[in-house]
Amino acid sequence: MTQWSGYFGLILQGALITIELTLMGSVLALIMAFLAGLGRLSRFFVIRALATAYIEFFRGTSIFVQLFWAYFVLPFIGISLTPLQAGVLALGLNVGAYAAEVVRGAIQSIGREQYEACTALNLGRWQAMRHVILPQALLVMLPTFGNNAIELLKATAVVSLISLTDLTFQAQVVRSQTGNTLVPFTTILIIYFALALIISWGVRSLERRMARGLDGVRV
Amino acid sequence: MEWDWNFVWEIMPTLIQGVKITILATLLGSVLAAIVGLAIALAPRSPNKGLSRTVGFLAEFIRGTPLLVQLYFIFYVLPDIGILLPPLVAGVIGLGLHYGTYTAEVYRAGIDNVPRGQWEAAKACNLNARQTWTHIIMPQAIPPMIPALANYFIAMFKETPLLSAITVLELMNQAKSVANTYYRYVEPMTLVGAFFLVISLFSVVLLRWLERRYGKIER
Repeated sequence: MTQWSGYFGLILQGALITIELTLMGSVLALIMAFLAGLGRLSRFFVIRALATAYIEFFRGTSIFVQLFWAYFVLPFIGISLTPLQAGVLALGLNVGAYAAEVVRGAIQSIGREQYEACTALNLGRWQAMRHVILPQALLVMLPTFGNNAIELLKATAVVSLISLTDLTFQAQVVRSQTGNTLVPFTTILIIYFALALIISWGVRSLERRMARGLDGVRV
Repeated sequence: MEWDWNFVWEIMPTLIQGVKITILATLLGSVLAAIVGLAIALAPRSPNKGLSRTVGFLAEFIRGTPLLVQLYFIFYVLPDIGILLPPLVAGVIGLGLHYGTYTAEVYRAGIDNVPRGQWEAAKACNLNARQTWTHIIMPQAIPPMIPALANYFIAMFKETPLLSAITVLELMNQAKSVANTYYRYVEPMTLVGAFFLVISLFSVVLLRWLERRYGKIER
């Protein structure tokens, strides 16, 4: 009988790395999403063009290619990244590009009358965005952000291929040491699924919390 | 490291080989995803509650776990119970199942969008279930689905590099083997990115055309 407790420890370590990656990637993705999403709505052509180029580039090539590029090509032009840095960078930039479109869509979904009311109240562009538009748009974005976070969690599996010791990597280690395939892979599938459930549950409760006090507001 | 065009032309034939496999995997995966998605979308309509619950849970599970781990599962676990699949077949099954759970949502929405009156009219005309589906519901439900389905097939195309992890010799794997032979990463990895970007941009154009052609149906 194999010593499963030791191997389970390995898998748990992997789970921690996966969670860490998901959290850091999500933070970067969130920042990029707002930068690029608001950038696409900018008054200035250059900013709009930059934001569009970023979004199209990262949505057009696959996360896998971006990760390999960050890890294998960047060192040749003088930027050496640890696997974790490369992973966070690729995941954050990739998912950020998808989420940027969510930000743009949500802001554009806010009705014209809200903007007109802001003008009537003599709010500046920034004030209108900060106090009127974003609070309403955030609620529209949240469910899709939740889906994006789950996509990010799933994409973290790819970093095992650049030798980062996440869940998938540890499952491969267990497989090669024990020769058993069913147990490690089933275990990590269940862990991934549980993490995805936690994310969707967290986003739902956050949504309920933010919707409080907005009854009667069209969202 | 310098960019070397001679090297680029030297490795081009190998990469083209990879592109062919990538496209083949995408096409086969799309066909499978279209079929699997339909099955998953129709399952909740079955009178057998056990079946519909099981299929629903499985779809949720597959959607919440990483494709890479699912590919490992198919490639490494199934041989233990006597099912030995060639890498490409395992990859196509993985892609098809994973994206089938996404296309299922497209089918479901498409079918739900057919007005109730159509069902009632079909019943009034004394059509049986098969006739109702093939002559009334499907012809109206499918055209609006086409752009959304194509969207997922493009997403699938971008996930095909994952197949390199289960030793399918597609574009990414060819590039990696070239890179490891000559120890030059810049050209192969950048070219892979360029290939994906170009094919994605073309497919976006195709998608826009599909949206114009099928997005709205005349009533």
